[in-house]
Amino acid sequence: MIPRPWAVSTERNRAIPMGETMSNAVTSFYDTPFPARFRGVWSWLFTLDHKRIALLYLGAATFWFIIAVVLGFLVRMELMTPGRTIMGAETYNAAFTLHGVIMIFLFVIPAMPAIFGNFLLPIQIGTDDVFFPKLNLLSWYLYMLGGALAIVSLFADGPPDTGWTFYVPFSVSTQTNVGLTLTAAFILGLSSMLTGLNFITTVHRMRVPGMGWLQIPLFTWSLYATAWVQLLATPVLSITLLLVVFERVFGTGLFDPARGGDPVLYQHLFWMYSHPAVYIMILPGMGVISEIIPVFSRKSIFGYKAIVGSSIGIATAGSLVWAHHMFTSGMSDVAVFVFSFLTFIVAVPSAIKVFSWVSTMYKGSILMTPPLFFALCFIYLFSVGGLTGLVLGAAGPNIQVHDTHFVVAHFHFVMFGGTGFSFFAGLHFWWPKMFGRMYHFKRAYLSAILIVTGFMLHYVPMFILGLQGMPRRYYDYLEQFAPGNFFAGLGALIMVPGLFLMVINLMVSLKQPVDAPADPWGGTTLEWSVPSPPPLHNFIERPRPGKYPYDFSRVRTP
Amino acid sequence: MDPHIQSYKKLGGVLGVLLVLTAVTVGVSRLDLGSLSLGVAMVIAGTKSALVLLFFMHLKYESWLIRGSFLMTIGVLALFIGFMFWDVGFR
Repeated sequence: MIPRPWAVSTERNRAIPMGETMSNAVTSFYDTPFPARFRGVWSWLFTLDHKRIALLYLGAATFWFIIAVVLGFLVRMELMTPGRTIMGAETYNAAFTLHGVIMIFLFVIPAMPAIFGNFLLPIQIGTDDVFFPKLNLLSWYLYMLGGALAIVSLFADGPPDTGWTFYVPFSVSTQTNVGLTLTAAFILGLSSMLTGLNFITTVHRMRVPGMGWLQIPLFTWSLYATAWVQLLATPVLSITLLLVVFERVFGTGLFDPARGGDPVLYQHLFWMYSHPAVYIMILPGMGVISEIIPVFSRKSIFGYKAIVGSSIGIATAGSLVWAHHMFTSGMSDVAVFVFSFLTFIVAVPSAIKVFSWVSTMYKGSILMTPPLFFALCFIYLFSVGGLTGLVLGAAGPNIQVHDTHFVVAHFHFVMFGGTGFSFFAGLHFWWPKMFGRMYHFKRAYLSAILIVTGFMLHYVPMFILGLQGMPRRYYDYLEQFAPGNFFAGLGALIMVPGLFLMVINLMVSLKQPVDAPADPWGGTTLEWSVPSPPPLHNFIERPRPGKYPYDFSRVRTP
Repeated sequence: MDPHIQSYKKLGGVLGVLLVLTAVTVGVSRLDLGSLSLGVAMVIAGTKSALVLLFFMHLKYESWLIRGSFLMTIGVLALFIGFMFWDVGFR
C-alpha cells in the first residue's frame, strides 16, 4: 500500500458538520460531461463546466511554467561565469525576453484567476457555474491562441529580443519578430479581460441567497478586486501594443520625437497596465493565503473587513503608481514626487494583510501541512519583496538601483516568492478538492525546502549585485560581480530540482485511487462542504452559507 | 410591471430625443462658437450616451452597485489620463 501520511495526520482534524453528511459516492464532474453529448477529449475541448475549464488552464499553464523555468534556468547558467558560458549574446537576449513574456503573460497573470478562480469561485459563492460559461471557454481558446502565436514568433524571423517591456524606440526598430509577439500579448490580454468580466458578473449576480458582500470568502474577494483591475487596466495595454504595431507597420510617429511623438508616452501607457498587472498577479495569491492561514490555525481570520478593504485598496492605489517605473526616463520632477508618494501608500494595505495573517496565527492551534508551509514561506518572501519595493519606490535610492539586479531580485521576490509560492500553496491546498487525491507529504515538504533554500541563494545575491551596480539584462559583466552571479547560479541548481520534484509529486498522486475526503483540512468555506472532486453542479442541495465564512467553532481540533 | 420592461412609448420618446440631439449636434457644428465648440459638442454627446445607458441599457433601473461600478470605470479613465499630466504638464 502507498504510504499516505495525511490519512493519519488529518483524519482526526476533519470538520464534522457539513463534510460528513455528504459522501464521495456522488458522481464527480469527471464522469459527467457537460454538454452531455460530448465524449472523451471532446468533452474537454467543448466543455462549459467551469471546473473542467480550470483544469484545461492548469494543464496549459503548467506547460508554460516549465518552459519558462527552463529558459530562466538557462539564463542563470549563462551568467554563472563571466564571458560565454552556454550560449551566445543574441540567444541570451531572446532567452530572457521569452522567459519574461511567457512567465508573465502565460503563467503568472492567468494562473491564479483562471485555474483556482475558475474552479473555486463559483463553489465558494455557492453556485453551479460562472455567469457566462461559453465566454469562459472562449477565454481559454484565446489564451491557447495567444500561446501558440508566442511559439510561432520563435521560429519566424528570429525570436523577439526587447525584454518583456517592449520599450520603444528599440521595439519599433528591431528586425526581430516583435509584431507577432505583441499580437500574442494582445490576444492574451483579451482572454484576461473576459475572465475578469465573467468573475465580476458572477460575484454580482450568482451568489447563493443569504451570502451578502461580507460573507464572501476572502479568496473570492481577492478575485473580485483583481477582476476589476483586469477589466480596467488591460485595455490600456492592448491599445498600447496595437500602437507599437501601427508604428512598425505604418510609421505613424506616435513615439518618435522627430515627428512630434513622445517615447515616454509609450512608457506611461505600458506601465499604466503593467503596474496594475503586478497586482493582478499578487492579489489572488494574497487571497489564497487568506484562506490557508485560518484553516491551519483553526482560528477565524484576523481582520476580515480589513483584508477585504485592503484588497480594494491595493487594487485602487496600485492602479495609480505606474510612473514609479519611470523615475530615470526624463519625466517631470513633479511626477517623480507624486508617484513616489503614491507608491508608499500602496505599502499600507499590503502591510495590513501581512499583519492580519500573522495575527491570525497568534494563539491559533497550528497544524503544519505542506500548504501552510508554502504559505509561511510566502509571508516571509513577500514581505522582503514588498519592503525592497519601497527602496525602489523612493525617488532617491531608485536612481542608484534603477535597471540593476536589485530590481530583478525585488521583482522575483514578489512575483515568485509571492505569487509563485501562493500558487504552490493553493495547489497543495486544493489539490485533493480538484482531483480527489492526496499527495505524499514528505516529498512535498522536501520540494518546498529545496525551492525556498534555492530561492534565497538565487535572489539574495542579486540584491547585493544590484546595490554594487550590476545592470540587469547584460550578457557579460565585470570580474567584481563574478561571486554573486556564481552563487545565484548555485541557487538555481538547488531550486529547479525542487520545482520539478514538486510537480512530479503532484503528478504521481494522480495514480492513487480517488479517496480524499470532502474536507481533508477542516476548512469552513463552501468548497469544503462538497465532495472531492465535486459533482457537475457542485452542490447536491442548495448550500446554506454561514453568517461568517471563517467560523471554526464547529471544527474539531486534535 | 417589471421595471426592466419599458413601454414602447417611453423607448420611442427616448429615441426621439436622441434624434433631436443628433440634429442639434449637426446644427451646432455649423455655428462658430470659438473655443466653446468642443465643450458644447461634448455636452451633447455626453447627454446622448447618458440617455442610451440609462434607458436602452437599463442603468436607470439597476442598483446603486451596478451604477457605481459604471461610474467608477469613467472615473478610472479620467484618473489614468489626468495623472499623466503630472508629467506632461510640468516637464
